[in-house]
Amino acid sequence: MSGVSRSKSPMGALVVLAILAVGVIAPFFLSRYQIGLATQILIFGMLAMSIDILVGFTGRTSLGHGAIFGASTYVVLYCVTQSGLSPYLAVLLGIATATVLAAIFALLAVRTNGVYFLLLTLALGMIVWGICLRWTQVTGGENGLRGDIRPKALSDYKDFYWFILALAALVTFGIRRFVQSPFGLTLRGIRDSDSRMRSLGYNVPLHLFIGFTMSGFFAGVAGAFYAFFNNFVSPSTVALTQSVESLLMAIIGGVGTLYGSFIGASALIALQNLVSSHTERWQSVLGITFTLIMIFAPEGIVGKFRALREKYANKH
Amino acid sequence: MDRRQFLQSTAAGLAAAGTGLQPMRAMAQGEPIRIGLMAPLTGVIASGGKEMVEGTQFWFEKINYQIAGRKVELIIEDDASNPDTALQKARRLVEQNNVHFLTGNLLANTGLAVANYVKGTGTPYFIPIIAADELTQRGRIPNVIRTAGYSGSAFPRPLADWALKQGYKRIATISQDYTFGHEQCGGFSQVFTEGGGTIVQQFWHPLNTADFSPYLGQIADLKIDALFVMETGADATRFTQQFNSFGLKGKIPLLGAMNMTDQSVIRTMGPEVEGIISAAHFAEGADISATKEFVEAYTKKYEKIPSLYGFSMYSGMMWVSRAIEKLGGKVEDKAALIEAVLKTELTDSPLGKPVKLDAYGNPIYDVYIRKVTKRADGKFWNVPVETYPAVSQFWKYDPEAFMKEPAFSRNYQGVKKS
Repeated sequence: MSGVSRSKSPMGALVVLAILAVGVIAPFFLSRYQIGLATQILIFGMLAMSIDILVGFTGRTSLGHGAIFGASTYVVLYCVTQSGLSPYLAVLLGIATATVLAAIFALLAVRTNGVYFLLLTLALGMIVWGICLRWTQVTGGENGLRGDIRPKALSDYKDFYWFILALAALVTFGIRRFVQSPFGLTLRGIRDSDSRMRSLGYNVPLHLFIGFTMSGFFAGVAGAFYAFFNNFVSPSTVALTQSVESLLMAIIGGVGTLYGSFIGASALIALQNLVSSHTERWQSVLGITFTLIMIFAPEGIVGKFRALREKYANKH
Repeated sequence: MDRRQFLQSTAAGLAAAGTGLQPMRAMAQGEPIRIGLMAPLTGVIASGGKEMVEGTQFWFEKINYQIAGRKVELIIEDDASNPDTALQKARRLVEQNNVHFLTGNLLANTGLAVANYVKGTGTPYFIPIIAADELTQRGRIPNVIRTAGYSGSAFPRPLADWALKQGYKRIATISQDYTFGHEQCGGFSQVFTEGGGTIVQQFWHPLNTADFSPYLGQIADLKIDALFVMETGADATRFTQQFNSFGLKGKIPLLGAMNMTDQSVIRTMGPEVEGIISAAHFAEGADISATKEFVEAYTKKYEKIPSLYGFSMYSGMMWVSRAIEKLGGKVEDKAALIEAVLKTELTDSPLGKPVKLDAYGNPIYDVYIRKVTKRADGKFWNVPVETYPAVSQFWKYDPEAFMKEPAFSRNYQGVKKS
């Protein structure tokens, strides 16, 4: 779990620009369905990256981020379909809700670490899920909420993809700045040893609180636009599987690598879609694949790649 | 569905038919009719999903995967009992596989998610299993049609009427606490109270309840004439068994929503299911030659008596196929296909009587009051005891006025205040 390698070299920047360029021109070569998948990958990549702030840079594994993400989705759908608000305002409210929810989670969870942090975030996520399932008048219960809520300006699937691509670039930039800021360094300090940070005079719970809330904010951004993508939300969006899957994306890509989140999201979503069309045992195939990744590349795909590159560089 | 069946049904296009296939393929003109079938092959209700696939394949095998001279390509996708996955699969089928229409899904939330998606694309979507009232009532989408399906609150209404005729005055309900349960209990409670009966109490329990004894204890003390039970799947099995071991069987008559005594539930059970009354459009034990023929053939092929899932998908696809025949195989025009399906009267289904769709895309059936009866071979099945002809999803109400009332929920059960 090494920190982000700050590639100040022009090479690193070139690679990022090249990937972005590929992303921008991709819609001219892909089918409508593939563009839809790419959009979904970008949205879940943002969610996985928000989790990476905690897992990779703060040393806290959250199993409640699916709930924070989904709460934002619910609020956006509710505001547009039930209250008739403008979708843009709804997005702001959705993000605000997710941030407040994350702050509440944070207040309860910051004093714990390790498996207790994991369990507490899991339990809080389950509460949100329970509310979404039970509060039928507002959330539509099991059936969820739906409606055509995506604004006209984004109704074309290509436009929407480009918009999400730009948003993902912005979010990535924002998260990168956040974890590399002096404040982000204190989070890494907490990850490595919170007792040392405490004795150095840092207010560890406060830093964790801010870190968690920021992470929730970014999860909320992803969730709000997921509402535009799907035009639908049901309790499965806030369920534990959502949290686990997005955590898995961060881990497969490589925790502490940020960009790995997009790789992890691509791997998971692509596998799910390809394999499940060929066999109903797709979940077993997925399980075996992930087990193999954990055995041979526990640092994740991007992490493994970086490790190999360093090994190669040291040899020469 | 194992790997082999999957291949049969999709790419290979019924390779199992063997020698007969080549000439047929040569006859088929141009592109095949592509059908996207979504079913929950994994997740909590995977066994029902499997039967949906069986029912669909059973029909297309019967017509050699051929409608009006065009070959049928059936593409099967797993919706994983999850609405987000269902949505993803619907997109794949429409945008990648270019299917001419979609069908399937079992859980209401998966169906509602897909329905919301096809609202935007205009793709015809046929739902033989999804029972959510909304889809053919308040939230009707013109290209979503319930071929050979039924709306949740429809069949418990004649059952309530029948209960009144038996002289039952006081009834309690117990139901799974989600929309499908709210709708079925709502239909029952509304008609029963309007006819002068009393709903003494309503119990709502979470899905997958392991222990019913807290409810059964209370039910035993209520002094009721009968109990209306809305349970599906494993809950139905557990409830019936525990009701029996509580010693209530024979003391309190059970009136079930149709899934309660569906073959998917009772085929693994014993004498505890005998005598339960339910209402449905299909009764596998009906003394009608078309029904008998279907049940026999299905049982021979799959070694089990067909359930609601197998029957509904079979008949639903039959319905659409008949409409496509009328169009001479032209499925490309979505509006024409929808129009043709709405106008098609299904005459040769296993029901043995003609069925029409109402103006809202919901079928009007003769509804049976069924009783679970033991067959000579020791298996149990549903046998009709009474028939309510031409039951509308709106019962005897005016559709417009009915749809102005709130949708059924846990808090609104249409109970008439006396």
